[in-house]
Amino acid sequence: MTKRIVIDPVTRIEGHLRVDVEVDNGKVSKAWASGQAWRGIEKILEGRDPLDAWIFTQRICGVCTTVHAIASVRAVENALKLEIPTNAQFIRNLIVAAHAVHDHIVHFYHLSALDWVDITSAIKADPKKASQLAESLSTWKLNGVHELTAVQERLKGFVNSGQLGIFANGYWGHSAMKLPPEVNLIAAAHYLQALEIQRDANRLVTVLGGKTPHIQNLAVGGVTNSINLDSQAVLNMERLVYIKELIDKLDDFVKNAYLLDLAVVGAHYLEWAGYGKGITDYLCVPEMPLDSAGTKFSLPGGYISNGDLSTFKPITGFDDPYFIKGVAESAKHSWYHGDAPLHPWQGETEPSYDDFNDEGQYSWIKSPTFHGKPAQVGPLANVLCMAAAGHEPTKKYLGVLTDTLGSLVGSTVGIDALHSTLGRHAARAVRTAVLVDELQIQWEMLMNNIGKGDTDIYNRPVFPKGEIQGVGIHEAPRGVLSHWVVIDNGKIKNYQAVVPSTWNAGPRNSEDVPGPYEASLVGTPISDPDRPLEVLRTVHSFDPCIACAIHLMDTEQNEIVKVRAL
Amino acid sequence: MSVLVLGVGNILLSDEGIGVRVVEALEQRYEIPANLDVVDGGTAGMELLEMMSDRDQVIIIDAVNTGAAPGTVVELRGEEVPALFRTRISPHQLGISDLLGVLVVIDQMPKAMTLFGAVPYSLDTGIELTAAMQEKLEIILTFTVAELQRLGYDLVAKSVVLPEAV
Repeated sequence: MTKRIVIDPVTRIEGHLRVDVEVDNGKVSKAWASGQAWRGIEKILEGRDPLDAWIFTQRICGVCTTVHAIASVRAVENALKLEIPTNAQFIRNLIVAAHAVHDHIVHFYHLSALDWVDITSAIKADPKKASQLAESLSTWKLNGVHELTAVQERLKGFVNSGQLGIFANGYWGHSAMKLPPEVNLIAAAHYLQALEIQRDANRLVTVLGGKTPHIQNLAVGGVTNSINLDSQAVLNMERLVYIKELIDKLDDFVKNAYLLDLAVVGAHYLEWAGYGKGITDYLCVPEMPLDSAGTKFSLPGGYISNGDLSTFKPITGFDDPYFIKGVAESAKHSWYHGDAPLHPWQGETEPSYDDFNDEGQYSWIKSPTFHGKPAQVGPLANVLCMAAAGHEPTKKYLGVLTDTLGSLVGSTVGIDALHSTLGRHAARAVRTAVLVDELQIQWEMLMNNIGKGDTDIYNRPVFPKGEIQGVGIHEAPRGVLSHWVVIDNGKIKNYQAVVPSTWNAGPRNSEDVPGPYEASLVGTPISDPDRPLEVLRTVHSFDPCIACAIHLMDTEQNEIVKVRAL
Repeated sequence: MSVLVLGVGNILLSDEGIGVRVVEALEQRYEIPANLDVVDGGTAGMELLEMMSDRDQVIIIDAVNTGAAPGTVVELRGEEVPALFRTRISPHQLGISDLLGVLVVIDQMPKAMTLFGAVPYSLDTGIELTAAMQEKLEIILTFTVAELQRLGYDLVAKSVVLPEAV
């Protein structure tokens, strides 16, 4: 018998996502992903001054603030062919990397770990055994028996009082939860420690960005962080030293806790390296520009076809026509007018709402394609492309993770295991380690440049008469982000944001090919349709962020999971 | 005394941005003393953990949907505040609800909380409040200033140059 499960909304994500699956013989046979809120940001920007666009775009989403700010200034600079001082690149890169490290840590520990970690089981653990296990794998300083006992006592307090609070909505005791109590305890301890560590990443963004949660230091043409090593009011030596201290703390946690936690948890869920594959055409863009024009990058980007790393084709810079000409968005299955795929510069955002129609329109998200095909974006795409490009730090941290995992399960774990739900989590941890290295690299380059006496931070933009167009690309935490702007006589004529979750959560495209979420869910086993934990595991592995950022909703809510027999 | 005034909401969705707009008005019209933090939180979540933790008092200003008529101004105190956020399954999952949950877990909840809010007239895309909500902004601002006075902050209005009559 076929059953239909509707999860609406998917919880522990940003934004309003609905997922429908049909289950046959205990496995998902069909899936639909539907964005349930309309994001009309593009309309707001029409007619405005392009210099102000980033201030509005960083309000699109509460999670991706700096991300949309960066992509926006890059788009306008690209339209103007405006180079920016290298100091500005380094300062932006530090913000980009710190924001991403923050985002990935929060995603793994606070938004998705509870799909795999049973908090209620952790109270049954032997803290001594847990500590021995953790310390055998890592030098992380907070794995001691004293620390783990304290965490366990705290958890007991919550569980025994019945006041689970933030842990109240977990699928505790679900048959798909496989971790031994000791591993649950280690993960729970790191969950709490990560709450502290994510503050350090956020502090770094705040020191450079001027304010949190919305940074203030950007400008089309550079940044506004005046550099003077001896002044109290600006970016001085004291602040630069403080930034380095924060980087070192993040470095310690990410490499000695996060990266290894993936191996420890993953060792008990290796079957999830076989689920959630979906679309294996991977797209990412280069990041961490090192020169004024954005032609040299620290982190490579490109495209991999059909999961085969030997097909890797690089995307070389902000102006690479291979990327610019390759992107189109279709709205055949989305609640907008017009079916045919359009290039973002010609993109339209005219809503046309209808009901949820399985074969027709069913989402507010459009379907992007890269040279005519859907593509998976995000840390997995990024890590596979960087590995294919021969990026040494990526290969190193991939090796650490797969070697540790292999030693725990007693067999070799290859790169093929990455094309999966587990692989998306593993790749995110690898990318976080790469980004922590990048923080160190960008900090040193900034210091060296200042040391040479270069304090330039800004080039003044000048808008020509007539029409110009530009694209700002950014390898954001959830993958490829591109902002496309058309400027006419110094005012915005058209603005389209093609966001990472559009690539991944998009519905079927103009040729009815399912998007990455939808494709990845097919074949996933469902042990209990009333508690579809397995669906959430795969959806959460993409780190959904539906970017509508409406945070107000009716107090009257229906149940989240609906199951009906077909 | 460590007090935070936190305006939250999305300014791109008209009345959804009331919390941020009140905070902006507070900063524009009053001198903010050095020992008071006034923050535009937007729709952020975990980024606000640092500034929320271990406060003596947090005043949250937000658009709320209690089922009451649009324009209804709401005042909640103490345990009512987290209770309000718990009762709604917000699509903004990383928002205030989770943040308060985390503050409980790490035992750094603000000692006291107040929420001032209003039920929105419109959530349409647009960066301005509706005219009707603009009037409620004045009421909420008055409430906020009075609450701060109760806490010992006598805010001094900035001297303003009135625009010339047209």
